[in-house]
Amino acid sequence: MSESTTEVRLSKVTKRFPNGLVAVDKADLTIAAGEVVCLLGPSGCGKTTTLRMIAGLEFATEGDITIAGRRVNDLPARERNVAMAFQFYALYPSLTVEDNLAYPLHAEGLNRSAINERIRQVAKVLELESILKRLPHQLGEGEKQRVAVGRSIVRTPTCFLFDEPLSRLDIQLRQTMRTQIKEVLAKLDKPTVIVTHDQIEALTMADRIAVMRAGRIEQVASPHDLFSRPANVFVAGFIGTPQMNLVGATLLDTAASGGVVTARFHLLGETISAQVEAGVAHLSNGSKVTLGIRPRSFELVSSGTSDALHATIDLVEPMGAEVLLHLVEADADLRCVVPHTMKASVGSKVGVRCKPGQLHVFNESGILVQ
Amino acid sequence: MANPSNRPIGKSGWGRTLGAAAVSIVYFFPVLYIILTAFKTRQDALAWPVKFIFTPTLENFVSVFYRTTVEGGAAEATGFGLYFFNSMFIGGTSVLLALIIGTAAAYGFSRFPLRGNETYLFMILTTRMMPPIIAIIPIFVLFRIFGLSGTYVGIIALYTAFNLPFSIWMVKSFFDDLDRDIEDAARMDGSSEFRLFRKICLPQVYAGLAATFVFAVILTWNEFVFALLLTGTQTRTVPVQIVRTIGGAIGVDWGLLSALETLFIIPVVLVTFALQNQLLRGVTFGTIRR
Repeated sequence: MSESTTEVRLSKVTKRFPNGLVAVDKADLTIAAGEVVCLLGPSGCGKTTTLRMIAGLEFATEGDITIAGRRVNDLPARERNVAMAFQFYALYPSLTVEDNLAYPLHAEGLNRSAINERIRQVAKVLELESILKRLPHQLGEGEKQRVAVGRSIVRTPTCFLFDEPLSRLDIQLRQTMRTQIKEVLAKLDKPTVIVTHDQIEALTMADRIAVMRAGRIEQVASPHDLFSRPANVFVAGFIGTPQMNLVGATLLDTAASGGVVTARFHLLGETISAQVEAGVAHLSNGSKVTLGIRPRSFELVSSGTSDALHATIDLVEPMGAEVLLHLVEADADLRCVVPHTMKASVGSKVGVRCKPGQLHVFNESGILVQ
Repeated sequence: MANPSNRPIGKSGWGRTLGAAAVSIVYFFPVLYIILTAFKTRQDALAWPVKFIFTPTLENFVSVFYRTTVEGGAAEATGFGLYFFNSMFIGGTSVLLALIIGTAAAYGFSRFPLRGNETYLFMILTTRMMPPIIAIIPIFVLFRIFGLSGTYVGIIALYTAFNLPFSIWMVKSFFDDLDRDIEDAARMDGSSEFRLFRKICLPQVYAGLAATFVFAVILTWNEFVFALLLTGTQTRTVPVQIVRTIGGAIGVDWGLLSALETLFIIPVVLVTFALQNQLLRGVTFGTIRR
């Protein structure tokens, strides 16, 4: 099998359930060999359904799913040679760890000594040697997770699927497992799809992230691009903590000088001008836009500075190295992150200004203007 | 913590323990009385006030199997050996058959629903809604036509049919409670549907099967009316013969009857005891989720 054909490709894949619910709507996605793609989205956005369609546990209503160059739409799960680790591990309760690992190998028709050899290798990589004779209910959460991962890598599948792999682990274990899974996956050089609702998990593990909402893939991009150039208002609000500030505004006019476009906006009863993407110049004056400013893109300025928004501090949330300020202006809430050295008291008036080049402008349909 | 006092869960104080013991004695007293009477002579059994201290005897147990039926005659075999064998053979076979067929059916109903699945299940349940005795005439006619009266095949087939609805419903509930992700995982691991059933699903419901087995055994062990009407001299079960043992020329022999009942209780107690761990897990199945 050549390197270029081991990819997983979804084209216009739709899943309509018998009750009429469209869980996935014309999803296009390609996962290359060795690439880790995270499906990220709120609950019910169709990410798990997408994963189950690749797995063969659900069948696509429309569209094509190809794995390693072969259309697999009509193949049952057992014939797809896809490995999946489930959210609740789905270890076989009546089988020992060893037999759990051996189970996928029986289907490959290996003899006993070959099976033992493979189990030994996987057990070594994932440090399972001491628990091989135990039953799943005698394992801790982290051990269960490692067995689940082990069971999926024990054979040589065409691709790997993980459903919320770390959601059941405590924070410390999560970090260890994240690194361990990343290391294991890097060696395997297969397409990998991870479903998660935790953006930190997605941002740290994925080469690319597909953000889903209501059955649609809203944006596919690298973690950095997703963060710095969110394609629309939904992605902008979904990625990043604390959440991006999204404020309705009216574009007054734009001016270009030396390749830098500056626009004037009317928002929250004030008028500001800011550096924007060149595309904003094509919007007509007076059009309604949404401005997106990340809480860390604000800088505090003294009251009365031009181009600043003036607001009252409503709530102060210390976050360790930084402090999250909740500001109120004209009934709008703004979130603003400042260094903890900054002295801020509830009720005082402050001015905030967006750092240059960090303002996102979305048009009336919520699409990023660039 | 859900436990209001600081006592570890599972450790009750003396008050509760004694209270539970008192309730247990009330429930267990009739059984205790029967067992005591089984070891009494005919005089002791009839004594008033009731004797709790007496010299135990095994003569009642001997006369369950051998006794003189004619004044001054030699002891004869009563046939109870055969009747006990019949009860165990008929009960055990029919319950096992019902369990095997019921498990297969339950898995089908649970995993491969037909159109109108619920209707089928309801129809199966309706056979247990009416008292079985109202079907006696058609059953009697069937047994006559096929020559099943008095045969093992006949009564075993009948008991299997009686146990089947219960087995299907109970085992289905165990299959319904299983985690479907585990089955999906097995499918993705290349498992065939049969291997999935045999290696993954079935072992998870062993406790449930054991519980179903015990309940069905108890019901079948006690069955009287159909056994009375449809078994013959060679296939008669113990309950039928117990009734025939009541009475006699000189009044009811309570000692003998108690010995018989004591022996009758033993197999069920043994089965329940052997499966007690499974039984507990079986009846609490699904109440504790991951």
